[in-house]
Amino acid sequence: MKLSGAQLVIEALKAEKVDVLFGFPGGVVIPVFDVLYGEPSIRLVLTRHEQAAVHAADGYARSTGRPGVCLVTSGPGATNTVTGLATANYDSVPLVVLCGQVPRSMIGNDAFQEADIVGISRSVTKHNYLVTDRADLGRILREAFYLATHGRPGPVLVDMPKDVLLEVSEVSWPQTVSIRGYNPVYRGHALQIRKAAGLLSKARKPLVYIGGGVPIAGASEALRAVVEKLDAPSVASLMGIGALPSRHPRFLGMLGMHGTYAANMAVQNCDVLFAVGTRFDDRATGDLKKFAPGATVIHADIDPSSISRNVRVDVPIVGDARLILEDLLPHLTGPDAGEWVRQTEDWKRTHPLTEIPDNGSLSPTGVIRRICDAFPDAIIATEVGQNQMWTALYYGFREARTFLTSGGLGTMGYGFPAAIGAQLGNPGRRVIDIAGDGSIQMNIQELATAVSEGLPVIVAILDNGYLGMVRQWQEVFYQRHYSGTCLMRGPRCPRQCAEPGPQCPPYVPDFVKLAEAYGAVGLRIHKPGEVDGALREARAVTDRPVFLDFMVQREANVWPMVPAGAPIDEMMNA
Amino acid sequence: MKHILTMLVENRQGVLARIAGLFSGRGYNLESITVGVTTDPTVSRLTLACQGDDAVVEQIKKQLNRLVDVIKVYDLTSVASLHRELALVKVNAKPRGRGEIFQVAEVFGAKVMDVGTDSLTLEITGSAEKIDDITALLSPYGILELARSGTVAMERSRKAVVRAEGGA
Repeated sequence: MKLSGAQLVIEALKAEKVDVLFGFPGGVVIPVFDVLYGEPSIRLVLTRHEQAAVHAADGYARSTGRPGVCLVTSGPGATNTVTGLATANYDSVPLVVLCGQVPRSMIGNDAFQEADIVGISRSVTKHNYLVTDRADLGRILREAFYLATHGRPGPVLVDMPKDVLLEVSEVSWPQTVSIRGYNPVYRGHALQIRKAAGLLSKARKPLVYIGGGVPIAGASEALRAVVEKLDAPSVASLMGIGALPSRHPRFLGMLGMHGTYAANMAVQNCDVLFAVGTRFDDRATGDLKKFAPGATVIHADIDPSSISRNVRVDVPIVGDARLILEDLLPHLTGPDAGEWVRQTEDWKRTHPLTEIPDNGSLSPTGVIRRICDAFPDAIIATEVGQNQMWTALYYGFREARTFLTSGGLGTMGYGFPAAIGAQLGNPGRRVIDIAGDGSIQMNIQELATAVSEGLPVIVAILDNGYLGMVRQWQEVFYQRHYSGTCLMRGPRCPRQCAEPGPQCPPYVPDFVKLAEAYGAVGLRIHKPGEVDGALREARAVTDRPVFLDFMVQREANVWPMVPAGAPIDEMMNA
Repeated sequence: MKHILTMLVENRQGVLARIAGLFSGRGYNLESITVGVTTDPTVSRLTLACQGDDAVVEQIKKQLNRLVDVIKVYDLTSVASLHRELALVKVNAKPRGRGEIFQVAEVFGAKVMDVGTDSLTLEITGSAEKIDDITALLSPYGILELARSGTVAMERSRKAVVRAEGGA
């Protein structure tokens, strides 16, 4: 059958069982949008910005485990995807981003809406392609999906010149994918696994460190079995949250800069550290020279380049987290670690997370606790900053793939479009974006997408009038020089101001009116007594988004906190 | 320390940019890079010289292996291998001083490629050190231009590299 390049693209998406496509049209991709016209099997979701299209595909992918797919035009359409690609690349999210490109004859001529997106996106994608021949298009599309979803997942970009999209040919796609330069190892080396099992079984103070690779690999059950067989305390990186239920008796919480006391103390005092699917990011490890000083380190990861890059590893195991944990389990004997478990329990009991009291005005952590009570099974997205850390610490996650957050890149503006994508991929579930009033404004145009698509995404804005995390650093390390962080600041404010109060100019924008202008529901919550009612009201709305503007304490901080570059047991507290 | 890495890569556009970009993006030290097609027209061989301690070079190798277009990476630093570089040197040479330059050329097995009224151009092949040596000897005469190719390298034994080049 003869197909145009554009027809082949849509046929390939159908073959890959793509049910939602996030897109934004433009001159050179009209041929593909034309094929989509009336297509019943693919829901085309028009975001209002290409960056949001990529974040939405990312939220869809993280919450469902299936690849997220975007279609954008050349030039600005393509360059707008860069932040989304970098976000997904850091956090190992499978995406296929399809870009239109100017016709082959015009490439390099500075044509209208031309950008060298393959060059621009090279360092923020797992791989990318420029299709220079219609005969290669089918193979490249198959490889793109294969690469995005196999091994360590990641975003793949395919740049498609307009004339390739228009060219008609018999060539479709190959039945099998064979990429000679790409052969990820899935099964861990048997000898290394036995070595790891020996160390763990003999450990007096074992600790399991759960990374984002565990939820990605669908390894939650295997992990739980290992943790329970060892009766070992466990900590999670930001990306590993949810793999083990937060109420699990052996779970000590998140480690790192804003980690719990028990988690950080356990890392610094364990004798065998078993890290699964993690990069040992600096926000998790703090001062590398003083990280887990007494520990023999076992590190399992599917990406060999993650191993022994930041932390010296004694037993490396390259492979898929689930397979490694499953292979490890039968070799384990429960160690005699009762004393160590009691020690970690003590840390947990004597240094629980500090609840910020309501004090008549709203506590941000209190709001998150109440959201958790009202929506215990929600999929939670966050933006980046205090909202993200408080959510990681105070929302009790129960399962993998329910916490969508930009960990590696730390992209403000990620959460709302990601929540939209997650809602499309999980129509039966409640999806909540816990946002700050700063970061929600970075993709707030997506209110139009959510309203048009009838998506009941709830956006809980922890509104403190500041870029809160930077303000916190300024408070702690820069003598309260709130430079560039006050979102209420105006020309009549004193040159130097560290004193928010009733004299401050009015906040811009009015989120409630803004939500209403878009056709969404907007509610403002000032007092602790209003929180539950507002959440009930939000729950009742099922056909449009709800903005909940929680007027929280302006200068609340995230505690504990380890200064950047310090060892993680040097925790500052309120 | 200096490492010589040679690798088989897909002979596709952009592969060199991926590898060069990896070095610049991650702050690795790249000294030279050469690339040419193999007997299999879909495969190129790329050889690069880089600096770094063992941990850095280990990471460089892992990052190169991560690239989808890189088929196989060999570290020739500590295996018996041939390393060759080519240089063209244009030396200031008035007719009276030429004799000495010819002598230097002979000692180093350099070929005289071009003789001008005021200059001589020599072609030298050999290790990077040999080329450093001859350029040092010639510099008192005044080197007008120097073009170096970067290192190409191959394992000495019949194993691995040659086989991979044929079939890949």
